[in-house]
Amino acid sequence: MDKTLHHKHIEERENVVILFAGDSGDGIQLTGSQFTDTNALFGNDVSTFPNFPAEIRAPQGTLAGVSGFQLHFGSVEIFTPGDQSDVLVAMNAAALKANLSKLKKGGIIIANSDGFDPKNLRLAGYPEGAEPLHDGTLANYTVHAIDVTKMTRNALADVQLGMKEKDRCKNMFVLGFINWMYSRSLDNSEAFLQRKFSKQPDILEANRRALQAGFNYGDTSETFTTRFEVKPAPMPKGTYRSITGNQGIALGLVAAAQRAGLDLFYGSYPITPASDILHELSRHKNFGVKTFQAEDEIAAICSAIGASYGGALGVTASSGPGIALKGEALGLAVMLEIPLVVINIQRGGPSTGLPTKTEQADLWQAVFGRNGEAPVPVIAASTPIDCFEMVFEAAQIALECMTPVMLLSDGYIANGAEPWRFPQAKDLGAIKPPFVPPVIASSDEGGEKRSLFHMTEPFLPYVRDERGVRPWALPGQAGMQHRIGGLEKEDRTGNVSYDPVNHEKMVRLRADKVARIADRFKPIRLDSGPDRGDLLIVGWGSTYGAIRTAALRLQEEGHAVAHVHLRHLFPFNKGLRDLLKRYDRVLVPEMNSGQLRQLLRAEFLVDARGLNKVQGMPFTSEEVHAAAMEMLRTPTPAEA
Amino acid sequence: MSTTNGTVAPEKVDFSSDQEVRWCPGCGDYSILKQVETLLELSGRKKEEIVFISGIGCSSRFPYYLDTYGIHGIHGRAPAIVSGLRSVRPDLSVWMITGDGDALSIGGNHIIHLLRRNVDVNILLFNNEIYGLTKGQYSPTSPEGAVTRSTPMGSIDHPFNPLALFKGADATFIARAMDRDPKQLREVLARADAHRGASMVEIYQNCNVFNDGAFEIFTDKATKPMHTLFVEHGKPLTFANGTKGICISSEMKPRIIDIGPDFSPNDCWVHDERDNFKASILVRLFDDPRKENAFPRPFGVFYVNDRVTHEEKLNAQVARARELKGDGDLDKLLSGERTWTIG
Repeated sequence: MDKTLHHKHIEERENVVILFAGDSGDGIQLTGSQFTDTNALFGNDVSTFPNFPAEIRAPQGTLAGVSGFQLHFGSVEIFTPGDQSDVLVAMNAAALKANLSKLKKGGIIIANSDGFDPKNLRLAGYPEGAEPLHDGTLANYTVHAIDVTKMTRNALADVQLGMKEKDRCKNMFVLGFINWMYSRSLDNSEAFLQRKFSKQPDILEANRRALQAGFNYGDTSETFTTRFEVKPAPMPKGTYRSITGNQGIALGLVAAAQRAGLDLFYGSYPITPASDILHELSRHKNFGVKTFQAEDEIAAICSAIGASYGGALGVTASSGPGIALKGEALGLAVMLEIPLVVINIQRGGPSTGLPTKTEQADLWQAVFGRNGEAPVPVIAASTPIDCFEMVFEAAQIALECMTPVMLLSDGYIANGAEPWRFPQAKDLGAIKPPFVPPVIASSDEGGEKRSLFHMTEPFLPYVRDERGVRPWALPGQAGMQHRIGGLEKEDRTGNVSYDPVNHEKMVRLRADKVARIADRFKPIRLDSGPDRGDLLIVGWGSTYGAIRTAALRLQEEGHAVAHVHLRHLFPFNKGLRDLLKRYDRVLVPEMNSGQLRQLLRAEFLVDARGLNKVQGMPFTSEEVHAAAMEMLRTPTPAEA
Repeated sequence: MSTTNGTVAPEKVDFSSDQEVRWCPGCGDYSILKQVETLLELSGRKKEEIVFISGIGCSSRFPYYLDTYGIHGIHGRAPAIVSGLRSVRPDLSVWMITGDGDALSIGGNHIIHLLRRNVDVNILLFNNEIYGLTKGQYSPTSPEGAVTRSTPMGSIDHPFNPLALFKGADATFIARAMDRDPKQLREVLARADAHRGASMVEIYQNCNVFNDGAFEIFTDKATKPMHTLFVEHGKPLTFANGTKGICISSEMKPRIIDIGPDFSPNDCWVHDERDNFKASILVRLFDDPRKENAFPRPFGVFYVNDRVTHEEKLNAQVARARELKGDGDLDKLLSGERTWTIG
């Protein structure tokens, strides 16, 4: 490759943000994820943010139909998909218009000039006569207008395919060009095409030619005198793969079921952005995974409860509206005291809201959203990798403490990807449910169980161990027949009871059991910063990258600012009370109107302030930085 | 239901739990409970291999009264709980207890999907044409005009024909019985138990407090012969002590005939419980019995089909996946297909 490059100048970059944008049918997500893959394989740290419309094929050429994929890659550690992009790839006028504000001043625009004809300009809402690529309005940027459509068609002139099929290869031309621009070999992309189209030789050939044409165009065209290089990042030694949050959840569930020696049952109803978990799990039946696409959200959770009753790890996932439908059954699981993992991939709400946009506004729903006093442990994942770890912990708590557990993720990390130095199976924790021996389980591993509960005559399904946890006897176990249900039950026996004093006792026993789950948590740990100081930034969930980036910068600038990221939202980590006291000010950035802030204020009487954004878009680190600086300038609550 | 067990059951197993049965005195539920207990005793099945799942309503208290495993679930959702349980435990004998409100109103969506999937479970639908536990509102099976606490001027809702609904959902076992005919009830339950797949048994059950006598015309000695038709596989459809029968015209229309000089039982429609199309007609014999020349209401096993069950297909896929890919290797799963190494 090098021999063809002698006349081009190469500039080194520490990190680069590229935003690919086009019609939702332009193959933008594929182009973006392919280039991500190539960079990750090369050794860069990467973070991505796919951002697409709710409609499958929104009207072509309109702002509503713009699909975006933002990639941040670097020779340094990367925590977010980037605040603003260095490069904007715009396949049409609407893609440019919708995303220009996200491009740095002086940034590079690579525009498909065919997508800027009068019709596209009109659809994008440009005024009559506007010619953004030529009329000087983009003077602050470097614009490369390429007729991608024409060049792709030319490259495929002697390929026997219809024009429509040929035009579908446009994204490969762009991918080839970007590969050239960032000095990447085409090997990975070619291997990908080979895998994807191995059974369609014509399509494979067309895509390869378009890919190569794009690369060659950069190489030979006189227009481009500069290409860039991003060296590998100093990542910890090890073997990596790429993982999205939803993949992390699927793999974490399989891993947890394996470690517990149980079958995994996943009941689910399709909903954006949770469906990918169902897709992924349905491919792993050889692990004893049983997926059940239920008739609705209620059936999804109820089937998972039935599976748990039978001795499997029962799991259901959805997004806010679906979680709302599951509320009553979640209460049943609380009452039954049965293991269950419920996952909420949050999206913009209320109601149908913003299905493909991200938000953290279901925290109160998770903590409070049931009738009666129905405490459910709530934990949250902060990155795609963390999704794996947190779902494993959710399953561990559910199975070992006989309780439903709610895991919160959101659309931002569900679809975002990062490199993962994956663990070995043997390094994953053990999971030991409180089975009553002898036991029936789906694998040999299930035989090794704690003998916390010895058989009593008659068997008492609601007797508790020192943690307040009841035993798990499975249908098929002789002498332990028992009936459980949603009616209030008598302590120990589980028989139906309307006794007023017993009811209060049971409410307390269930609450105590959940409160004592905090005893399991590791001591709270700062993500960065001094262990006392002027400001503590408290985050949870997918705001992690933006807050971390901002906190590191604040610390570099000499401010006594620390960052703690909460994984456990109900109950809280026991060390949090003391930690909050060690800082003069507390800032809580959230993609909602202040739900964690209010929980913290209620629980700890702390004067926490909020940075709140409810736009369906993640924070930029700049926003967090600015809010922290603003707060540092104001008197402390004590002074005021 | 298909579960059998090879071992010899103890002589006399008492399936009653230690809980006091709390239905109203005189409720039809007692008779059904008794027949189920008797059937279980005769089945030789072990208590621990049996699970009863119910929803909400008077009938849904049923699981508490049996010394088996059981879940008293939430309103309408028993079919979903059953589907999850069966998916992971094909070894058990699973029974579902539901009512006309539980199965056909709040749980209507779940019941049709359980039937089309053919989950292996014995479903006992206690139909009393009224909401009992909430004290007397009309149900989705109450006849038009029914005066209840929520319909003082009479119900304006057209009721479900439950068996036609189940036939439409491609149920693989459809039967009707009644609380006041224990022998026939037990026979139907035994058939349901023997069927592999979703066995749907609608049981007419008298609510003596809120809807007393709703089915009296079918149970009273005086009216029963004219208004009931007990179907039996391979036998002609006759009723009224053999004096009347039902034949099918060339336009596939059922018609009542008098057995005597003009027609013999040989002219009658012969019941074939494996006949899909005839079953669709049979479930439509659903006239208001007070109407003149009403068809008698059929009881017995209407339809049986041996379609493979949901859990058999699910487990076959799991087995097939293991055959093709080998038993899951967690390390391989975690590493995925494409990795790279640093350092």
